[in-house]
Amino acid sequence: MDITPLINGLDGIPGLGLVFQAIGYLVAVLPPNSSSIMAQATPLALAALCGVLCERSGVVNIGIEGTMLASAFTAWVVGVALNPMFSADPSPIFGITIPLVLALAAAILVAVIVSALHAWLSISLRVDQIISGTIINIAAAGVTGYLDQLISKSSPAGAGEFAQFTPPAALTNLPGVGWIFAMFLDQGPIGMSVIVLIIGAQIWLFRSRWGLRTRAVGEHPRAAETVGIDVIRLRYRNVMIAGMFAGLGGAFLSIEATNSFQIGMTNGRGFIALAAMIMGRWTPIGAFASALLFATFLQLGQLINIAPPGGDLGVAMGAIPAQFFDAIPYILTIVILAGVVGRSIPPAADGVPYERESAT
Amino acid sequence: MSGTAAAGSAPVRASAGLVARAWSVVAVPLVVTVLSVLLGALIMLFSELLVPGKKFDWGLPLTAYSALVNGAVGRPDAIVSTLVYSTPLVFGGLAVGFGFKAGLFNIGAQGQFLVGALGAVMAGVALANAPAVIAIPLSVLAGIVAGGIWGFIPGFLKAVSGAHEVVSTIMMNYIAVQLLAALVSGPLKVPRSPSPVTFDVGNAAFPIILAPNGHLGILLAVLAALFVWWLLYRTTWGFEVRSVGANRDAARYAGMRPKLITVATMTFCGALAGLAGTSVLLGVTHSMTSSFGTTVGFDSIAVALLARSNPLVIVPAALLFGGMRAGAGLMQIQAQIPVELVDVLQATILLFLVASPVLRRLLRVGGRDAGSLVTGATVSSLGSGGVTI
Repeated sequence: MDITPLINGLDGIPGLGLVFQAIGYLVAVLPPNSSSIMAQATPLALAALCGVLCERSGVVNIGIEGTMLASAFTAWVVGVALNPMFSADPSPIFGITIPLVLALAAAILVAVIVSALHAWLSISLRVDQIISGTIINIAAAGVTGYLDQLISKSSPAGAGEFAQFTPPAALTNLPGVGWIFAMFLDQGPIGMSVIVLIIGAQIWLFRSRWGLRTRAVGEHPRAAETVGIDVIRLRYRNVMIAGMFAGLGGAFLSIEATNSFQIGMTNGRGFIALAAMIMGRWTPIGAFASALLFATFLQLGQLINIAPPGGDLGVAMGAIPAQFFDAIPYILTIVILAGVVGRSIPPAADGVPYERESAT
Repeated sequence: MSGTAAAGSAPVRASAGLVARAWSVVAVPLVVTVLSVLLGALIMLFSELLVPGKKFDWGLPLTAYSALVNGAVGRPDAIVSTLVYSTPLVFGGLAVGFGFKAGLFNIGAQGQFLVGALGAVMAGVALANAPAVIAIPLSVLAGIVAGGIWGFIPGFLKAVSGAHEVVSTIMMNYIAVQLLAALVSGPLKVPRSPSPVTFDVGNAAFPIILAPNGHLGILLAVLAALFVWWLLYRTTWGFEVRSVGANRDAARYAGMRPKLITVATMTFCGALAGLAGTSVLLGVTHSMTSSFGTTVGFDSIAVALLARSNPLVIVPAALLFGGMRAGAGLMQIQAQIPVELVDVLQATILLFLVASPVLRRLLRVGGRDAGSLVTGATVSSLGSGGVTI
């Protein structure tokens, strides 16, 4: 697996040197960090899954960012409030405590409520779905910012956090494939559940009756209604279920990846997730793969600062400001949106409010 | 007998009709504002419960709101401060509202604001010792061009590939933050300064036209609102912009070029938001730190929605939110309510505004809904399928 000597041998080729050095750097630095990349991908994948389920049902949800922010805050606040009341030790695996479980439940509940608001505005009131989502983002940023200022006046103790599962070293040190085990197993409970949820959603969407109905409602609601599917009801239900995934992603940020809440801590992840959804062609597995790509770039931005590459490559990259690497995921999102990766076709009725034929 | 009765009731009926029409115009904004103030008061009261050791105080919302109003219009210098806070919101509101008119949702006002300010500070520092008559116009121009470029990119991408402007402008916001940080802590940084900060813009700073701190930008903002109104309703280009916004396909069949309009509109929106940044930089801060940045982006969306994108109504809408920003400081001092309450009030106003179909039904008034502000052109998928031809 270690191809560094081979690459070092090719270094001397003029012009190609930098390319080989870059590949060498990636090969050296990415596998040992597979677990952190997966942690970066977790909120993106969950948010993208939320987007897939919404848009497959024909509802554009640009408020995922705000939904995640609201549930990240809720998880943290509930954890902070309940922590002093329970003194039981955390469980040996995942460090689960009663406050953490309740915090997670509250985060998911809030996400479902916020999603229900979006559903009501966009499905029942037929407000422009982009406006509805944007207002949810503004409202979530405003309310969490205000409450956070109020609470941080009393400098509260931490909310507690889920612990990572530590897979046996024999598994993660396996040559060649150890990093794959580390990637999926060296995670907290939410991070570890992602792959299960993604595969489950993929099967559900393409192999179940509900999934078929969901896709029908997103592609041709009138036809779906004709064969007896309640379009409005199915859209409501799917948007709210999708909200649970955004809630899980939000809770991940404040009670699994960190033990704190910062104002605006979602940092555009809800929007990057939409790009991942498009790039993944509105499928859960595709969205997950795209989320992993974005996560790799997010993680690389940090790795380049922590462990900069040596040699000519290091010199060349030293001339580029560090902020450029932080901006790469955002630039990549625009590039993908602009269709460099190929034009992908959204569900036909995506974003179009449905009006019953017999509506009065 | 019946003739006199009819003659007598005609003016009564006319005036009743007038009252009804006035009511249908003001009912929703009025009720939305009252509801938001009430909901804000409830949030204030109950959120205090989150703070340990705080007593429940029924008078708190009254204290907070009176401090807010006092800080916004209580004294002459408070009024000037409201004008200063409102200035970037007029430009920003125009930047978002003009986009709405073309069926485009420009959430990128924040990034265009930052890049515009960046352009203004670069030109301003370079021209710091030049005469003001040269330094000010050139710095303003630099801000306009810089903001315009930041608006052009998503507009161009939308026209060429259909990349939805909502996501791409948001991404441009994040890229702008990084660009600003890179430049202010890099080439623009004052050498040997302990913290990243640029030089002062010197002679390029806006002159004060209203003591103590009311700068030239206030006047420019009013002129910009009038100019945009003229552009939209009195020029061919404005007609084309509104046509494309109303119905993209119909506009194309009428011989207009929606793609070109999209690019031009986004560039123009970027230039307006760039002016917002320029006005803050040349009028208020005069130099730039790496934490330069405000809430102008979100506030601008709120202003444009509240004003239904009407350039002339944007001015009072900007004054409302500018006043809240100006008064928030006093509210924090006198009532210990974080300034972020303004964000909450803004959010509740917007939520009630989009839910106005329900309000209209309850109030039994007709009229347009906030949701119909953005025409069908915007309700497209986030994928690349959004634009046809």
